[in-house]
Amino acid sequence: MNETTLALLKQGDKATVVALQGGGGFQHRVRSVGLKEGKLLRVVARHHFSGPLVVEIERRHITIGRGMARKIVVAQVP
Amino acid sequence: MKTILLIGDPNVGKSVLFSRLTGVDVIASNYPGTTVDYLKGRMNLHGESVEILDAPGTYSLAATNKAEEVAVSLLGQADVIVNVVDATSLERCLLLTVELLEKRKAVIVALNMWDEAQHLGIHIDVRELENILQVPVVPTVAITAEGIKELVLRLDEARVSERPRLKDNDQVWAEVGHIVRKVQTVAHRHHSIWDRLTDATVKSGTGWLSALVILFALFWMVRLVGEGLIRYGAEPLFELCRAPLMALNDWLEPGFLHDVLIGKLIDGKVDFIQSMGILTTGLFMPFGMVLPYIAAFYFALALLEDTGYLPRLATVTDNLFHRLGMHGHGIIPVLLGLGCKVPGILSARALETRKQRFIAATLVGITIPCTAQTAMIFGILGHYGAKYVLIVLGTMAAVFLLLGLILNRTSHEECPELFLDIPPYRMPSLLAVLKKTWMRIRWFLSEALPLLFLGVLAACIFDAAGLTAKLADHAAPFMQGWFGLPGAAVPALLSGFLRKEMAVGMLVPLALTPAQLTVAVTVFAFFPCIAALAVMLKELGIKDMMKALAAMILTSLIVGGILRLMLI
Repeated sequence: MNETTLALLKQGDKATVVALQGGGGFQHRVRSVGLKEGKLLRVVARHHFSGPLVVEIERRHITIGRGMARKIVVAQVP
Repeated sequence: MKTILLIGDPNVGKSVLFSRLTGVDVIASNYPGTTVDYLKGRMNLHGESVEILDAPGTYSLAATNKAEEVAVSLLGQADVIVNVVDATSLERCLLLTVELLEKRKAVIVALNMWDEAQHLGIHIDVRELENILQVPVVPTVAITAEGIKELVLRLDEARVSERPRLKDNDQVWAEVGHIVRKVQTVAHRHHSIWDRLTDATVKSGTGWLSALVILFALFWMVRLVGEGLIRYGAEPLFELCRAPLMALNDWLEPGFLHDVLIGKLIDGKVDFIQSMGILTTGLFMPFGMVLPYIAAFYFALALLEDTGYLPRLATVTDNLFHRLGMHGHGIIPVLLGLGCKVPGILSARALETRKQRFIAATLVGITIPCTAQTAMIFGILGHYGAKYVLIVLGTMAAVFLLLGLILNRTSHEECPELFLDIPPYRMPSLLAVLKKTWMRIRWFLSEALPLLFLGVLAACIFDAAGLTAKLADHAAPFMQGWFGLPGAAVPALLSGFLRKEMAVGMLVPLALTPAQLTVAVTVFAFFPCIAALAVMLKELGIKDMMKALAAMILTSLIVGGILRLMLI
């Protein structure tokens, strides 16, 4: 499996969340909107110039800044 | 008295449920974080009066921001907790539920948006969920009041769960996963055309395109509704007032009182635009010209809010707003400011850092034309064709971007990143939209308008005491030299700062060239009304307010000067 961070995925890519990095507060915040280990996500949009990403998890869309996305380790699925 | 606390994730329908239970009007949007302060109401429960608190949305009891801290602090006061859960995202909401159960308080769960969950093919075994949580669970649809009666009937059944305690966050997360696996089944669904369409509104290219189309449609609608309200509402109403006003005119002796109340007659008649009296132009401008557009604007905005588009707009504009020192949420003060600057500036409060709040409030104060200013711009320049109106609006947009870029550079404070939960698109309910529009109009009438009238009063006193004329004498050479405006326009400009509604009437008879009017209107438009200035001061504090004022004066001098060189 191809491990990378959420920030490096391209628009349309699918991946499962492998691990969250960063502080406990950050991890809690991210998990509480549904971005959790083991979840399948799809990158709906990736905005240019280090803009935010929009990911879909279980039919909900979440906007997340590029810096935060760097702390989310994912495994790409075909 | 018993206290009931409504608590739940952001945007799950707490505020709607609250107004269902108490009858108190609450502004609820399809946007997370609409309630920042908590709300208090009362309801009658089996003949006994109980107090209901509506907490701001919180994902967890960890309290990562101000709104969440408020929610957590309310827990202590509550006898019964109604945990509002969004049935369409059960897993996410259950975190808070499990944390609440740990607090060992009487809890009842309202499984809201039940209809939408079924529509999405999400099935939740309510009986099983009750068994696991050991508290009552009631499916509800707050918007249509479905299930509310049962919720009220079962409030007494709320109880303290006797589940074994969980040790740490990891266990809480594991428990949430375990519960969801047991009670929820989700039917598989293909990516439909509708999904593709909604995806397009958050992507960078198509997102901007749809933003432009949607905002254009918004303003087209504001114009259409606003003009309709004026033609079929305000104008006939004011025509009815003409006879009594003429009677008053005949009865009053010519002199000070007549000048202040009625003003001067145009062709022997009261003219609502040019007469300038408090009872003529002073009433017609705010109620006859501005209020219809405010109503139209708030109606359109409420429609937009309730569809769930705003978080998407914030996502698409995030990149741009980061260059201006804010993140995408900065679009909210801007949009609100296009209606009235006061709520626009107030909404800057929701931004996380002081720098963001300062930039948002300052930009809205200076560069975003409110409904009254837009009416003034069109009123003065409209009949010279679109060119001059576009020059003014284009200049303001350019100043918005430039000033934002500059203000961003003045402080090195990092702007936090955007982190938003985007709700699904929903069909807005006309009733909810109308109610929200009405609440905002009522707010405008009771909060912003009195301050505006204070400005009118101050301007009248200045005029009567000869202060305006004196000041105009001193300022005239500078105004002529710098902005290229004739001396006769100076008193109009000065009192116009206090009485925006007079600007149209005062500038029109001066026979200025369209180019001169364009400069005058642009310079005018950079100065907010007294009400907006007062709110800026309150929100920013004296030090930042001074900076904002300096930016305002410099902007009008520089931009006015440049426009003069280019146009006159």
